[in-house]
Amino acid sequence: MLPTLGGRIQTRIVLLAVIGGLVTLAITPVLPLPAGTTLSNAYRDTFIILAAVAVIGIVWEFFYHLIMQWRWEKDWPTFFGFITMINEGAVIWALLHFKKIPGIVGTVPTAAFVIDFVLVWVAVWLWANGPMRVINIRWRFFGGRLV
Amino acid sequence: MSESPTELGSIDPSIPATIMRERPAAAPAEGGAPPGSGDLTDELLTSDQWTDAMLQAAGIPVADVPLVSIGGGIGSFVTVDYLRIAGVPTSRIAVLSNLDFPWQTYEYLTRVSQIPRPERIRSDSASRPDNIWGFPSYALTEAFADGKWGELWHVFVEPMWADYYTPKAGRVFAGLERESKRIGWDQMLVKGQVRMVRKRYGGGYFVILTPKAGVTPTKRVAYRAEYVHLAVGYPGLRYLKELQDFRTEHKDYYHVVSAYEEHEHIYEAARTKPITVMLRGGGIVASRVLQRLMDDRENHGLQTHIVHVFRTFIDKAHSPNEQSLRAWNKRKGGHGFAYQGFNYPKSVWGGQLKSEMRRLEGEARATRYKEMGGTNTPWRRRWQAQMNQGRREGWYQIMQGTVDDMRIGGDGKIVSVVKSKSQPGPIEISADYIIDCTGLEADIAEHRVLKDLLDHSGVGRNPTGRLDVERTFELRGTASGPGVIYASGATTLGGYFPGVDTFLGLQVAAQEIADDLARRGFCKKIGTFRSISQWFKWARNKQP
Repeated sequence: MLPTLGGRIQTRIVLLAVIGGLVTLAITPVLPLPAGTTLSNAYRDTFIILAAVAVIGIVWEFFYHLIMQWRWEKDWPTFFGFITMINEGAVIWALLHFKKIPGIVGTVPTAAFVIDFVLVWVAVWLWANGPMRVINIRWRFFGGRLV
Repeated sequence: MSESPTELGSIDPSIPATIMRERPAAAPAEGGAPPGSGDLTDELLTSDQWTDAMLQAAGIPVADVPLVSIGGGIGSFVTVDYLRIAGVPTSRIAVLSNLDFPWQTYEYLTRVSQIPRPERIRSDSASRPDNIWGFPSYALTEAFADGKWGELWHVFVEPMWADYYTPKAGRVFAGLERESKRIGWDQMLVKGQVRMVRKRYGGGYFVILTPKAGVTPTKRVAYRAEYVHLAVGYPGLRYLKELQDFRTEHKDYYHVVSAYEEHEHIYEAARTKPITVMLRGGGIVASRVLQRLMDDRENHGLQTHIVHVFRTFIDKAHSPNEQSLRAWNKRKGGHGFAYQGFNYPKSVWGGQLKSEMRRLEGEARATRYKEMGGTNTPWRRRWQAQMNQGRREGWYQIMQGTVDDMRIGGDGKIVSVVKSKSQPGPIEISADYIIDCTGLEADIAEHRVLKDLLDHSGVGRNPTGRLDVERTFELRGTASGPGVIYASGATTLGGYFPGVDTFLGLQVAAQEIADDLARRGFCKKIGTFRSISQWFKWARNKQP
């Protein structure tokens, strides 16, 4: 990808909301959650996690933008977009572990978190590396900006 | 997919051997034809603006087409493709060209500069001139069509653990052929040589076309258009002065050639006896020619000796235009070459640098162009291995230098007198053949249509001397009533968008032009729904 800082943030918010939202909607009922977890509680937790990825991700985007300045091409290779799943996932998991994400009730099992996070991430990443160019033909030429 | 040229894609042997000769000869001081003759009268030749009556008096027939694209190469193609997808019917577009198909010149140039159809061009996976969305990318298509799933891994790990993915020339041409049929290219194509574009009293323009002799009753025909799109490509090729002087003095166009000319005879000569070839230039064409020489050497056990002379010799990572190396402005380099994946840093086609350049004016823009551009070539693993071997075994010699003089030596070889910064005094180098890979471009005024525009339309030059365009690719100063002239491609280099002379750059320009035309009511704006529905038509190979 060839993002600008503004484009990074816009793309993150919109794709997490739409693609991430759809994936979250679809997979939450089948996540390995503790017995007795109601579906509404499950959705509340997964959507709060999704929102946390979006909000904390804005801070990450500033950091990525800074790293990108060390690249001559000022590009963001496809691989970077994929592998940043690890650092972002780790931070969210740590925040969950230390109960620092407001609104989450109880404990989110690690397995459920990993499945949720990875599937959302991969879906958003795949979408950004292909079909998104069909949805908005200007997106790729304007650094990922949507408005 | 066929790797051999198809009937449509084959190169016509009657096409001249050099790009220079593809261009019309410089205009002689032209006297006007008599009125009523169907040719350009004095009045037409000297007037900046024409009336309908002036053409009538000259006897030149006039056809009305709202949009005329001049050039008919890939620049015209990509723009017309956008407009067709934006809902413009073929009847509202005319493409005036001396090319039979859009990739004709491109295929000729890539082929002679050592990229035949099975080889890969220097272009990104998502830069598809036959697909305005860039989806599916060439890599994805190659993976599915040919079962080469490794290409998906390739684009996943590029450029860190693999060279940038680049598509095969043959795949690019096959895609263009399919898309040209889909959008009805031949229905819009009018063959002939465009002579000039002049403003029309009352708005719009006249475009004068000289069709092939005998095809039309008059020597010239005119197109009355509200919108004109100029995509005439490179104005021409310039040679290094000392090479041109040598060629002219000795009438030797055989031993001293440009890489953009047919020069297969050099590779053939290398197969019959050990020869020394001197290369000039450090760009992608030099790399390609070098690869061919090294491949042949390896495949046929040849003894070819290569001397490579760089005017600007890059020996390490560097920060262009800066005294010291800066971490945020560091380009790779070594053994003479400046290394960069594509001809500009990648983000000029959509990211940070595109956004930055869009805001720069005048000198500041010209300076940024110098920093980002310059001669460069990709760092490719295979080339590095071959060059390392050549240096180790002594058959590939590199040096910094400029050539002061050239003469024929006692043994019949060509002696170049090289002045190098690394050594005091001149160095004499003998070679059997010299290949000029510098790819210098001629001034835009050497193109007849552009010269006429510069003389008569009010268009100016940008900070790097090419045509001055707006961010919408409108030629500044050429508005005629509601009419607009747009330009895309190499002639607009130096504008708000740097990567103009590339596939993706032509698409960036086409998008700006199509959006501007939509604002003017000529076509529909391609929004999300149109984009999706048109993409499915593309995928099913249905007309737009």
